[in-house]
Amino acid sequence: MKKLINNAEDVTLEQLKGFGLAHPEIEVHFDPNYVAVAGGVQNRVAVVSGGGAGHEPLHGGYVGMGMLDAACPGQTFTSPTPDQMYEAGKAVNGGKGILQIIKNYTGDVLNFRMAADLLRDEGIEVRNVVIDDDVALKDSLYTAGRRGLGTTVIAEKVCGAASQEGYDLDQLAALCKKVNIHGKSMGMALTPCTTPQNGTPSFELADNEMEIGIGIHGEPGTERMPVKSADEITEILATRILEDGAYTRELTEWDSEKGDWVDVEVKDITFQSGDEVIAIVNSMGATPISELYTVYAKLAEVAEKHGVKIVRKLIGHYITSLEMAGVSITLVKADEEILRLYDAPVNTPALRWGV
Amino acid sequence: MSETTNSEAAVSAAAIRLWLQKSAEVLAEKRAYLTELDSPIGDADHGNNMDRGFKAVVATLSDKEDVGAVLKAVAMTLISKVGGASGPLYGTFFLDAGKPFAGKAELEPADLVTMFEDGIAGVKKRGRAEPGMKTMLDAQIPAAEALKAAVAEGKSAAEALKAAADAAEEGMKATIPMQAQRGRASYLGERSIDHQDPGATSSYLIIRALADAVAETSQ
Repeated sequence: MKKLINNAEDVTLEQLKGFGLAHPEIEVHFDPNYVAVAGGVQNRVAVVSGGGAGHEPLHGGYVGMGMLDAACPGQTFTSPTPDQMYEAGKAVNGGKGILQIIKNYTGDVLNFRMAADLLRDEGIEVRNVVIDDDVALKDSLYTAGRRGLGTTVIAEKVCGAASQEGYDLDQLAALCKKVNIHGKSMGMALTPCTTPQNGTPSFELADNEMEIGIGIHGEPGTERMPVKSADEITEILATRILEDGAYTRELTEWDSEKGDWVDVEVKDITFQSGDEVIAIVNSMGATPISELYTVYAKLAEVAEKHGVKIVRKLIGHYITSLEMAGVSITLVKADEEILRLYDAPVNTPALRWGV
Repeated sequence: MSETTNSEAAVSAAAIRLWLQKSAEVLAEKRAYLTELDSPIGDADHGNNMDRGFKAVVATLSDKEDVGAVLKAVAMTLISKVGGASGPLYGTFFLDAGKPFAGKAELEPADLVTMFEDGIAGVKKRGRAEPGMKTMLDAQIPAAEALKAAVAEGKSAAEALKAAADAAEEGMKATIPMQAQRGRASYLGERSIDHQDPGATSSYLIIRALADAVAETSQ
């Protein structure tokens, strides 16, 4: 393992220290670890997210004006613990409640849910919205359900802007759920990655092989196959996303009237000819931006063939897996509301426009 | 004479503390083994996370004679130190297991059954899981059932807990042919078969530690 680290046990701590020094407009707190906009939030809903470290710039890089108010980093690829979300929530609560945006990984879901219970005990209203947009996984009957991928970035951007516009907590949760069911993603890996704690690659892959249908935790994908050209890989990913059928699953959410968690059936959209979409072509960490443009060229062609128009795009490192080489594609069907909020000004370490 | 028998049958707060110490020892000893079990079907951190959590549990153990308070402190420590799915699941187990025993200095055999059943009910709800899904419940539920049966037969706490630990061991082994339906292992589908579940394994180790601690303190 060759990495720019000092001590494998302390990597998250050291990275957070540097992040705080580099971005004085964001406050970094230790023990428990969280990052939050300086000065907290006044008189609007706070938007909080988090997850294991190793996916940078997600989520710390998206803390700032017009996006997240706080992010809770766990150890590398390990979910944060409820005390982090609890303290972060209290620090940024502006009296209008907290929206937690959570990627669908068992640890993240359970820890955020406990934190929501703790915050609610303090009289703070919390809504949890789970992002589960990975079309590589077919059903949720026998699995923990689809994983959360790039749609998380769009959900954080759009919900951050909506909070600035004055959406209340229920409106914001409804918007976040809408973005989730409008978004679909799929990724692939050319190489594995290595977590500092384990020191060995997360899986073995021959030079002429690739993994299709990966998540973001260095895990193998749903299929291993010989490496194909950039166009062929893009066609596989884009076609799966564009032709994905409506996905139905049960997600657990807080019912404020019942005062308990309830399972709610949720169904995705399917892409139709005439749809307008926001696209992300995302590097898994090691793939250079130049190669992402090759992927984008083919993605634009495949989308057009389906009658789908890309109206906004992000091409770069947005939700990564350490130094894994590979790419993920995300498409989010945009309506007037989503586009207006997407275009709103944002000023964070990793996403900035309109300011 | 009968008074002595009664106090021998009960599980003291000291025995509960010894249980947690023994759990920490065995989890430290089996750290690499648990991580090895977690590597083909999870994310290779279960041994590290459990060891980190129980080391912290031992560091925060007080001499409290209040079983409920001890178990609550364990829960809060595990929740804040373990992370992943194991932190909230074990945290919930200890939190719900300890709730009925606030202020109690010792547990009768029937209390042990309540402790297991309440803890398991919490884990089921938190993890939305049932037996047979290749999770920690596959060790915990057979243990609770064996414990309940042994207590109903009038066995001592030590004897009943030994039966529970044996049943947990069987349950742990029974996870090997199962296909995972919860947690990250579930994404592997059929590839999750033929691997022993790491969560069922740590649960077995913790239940065996309880049986050993109670056997030791009731001698």
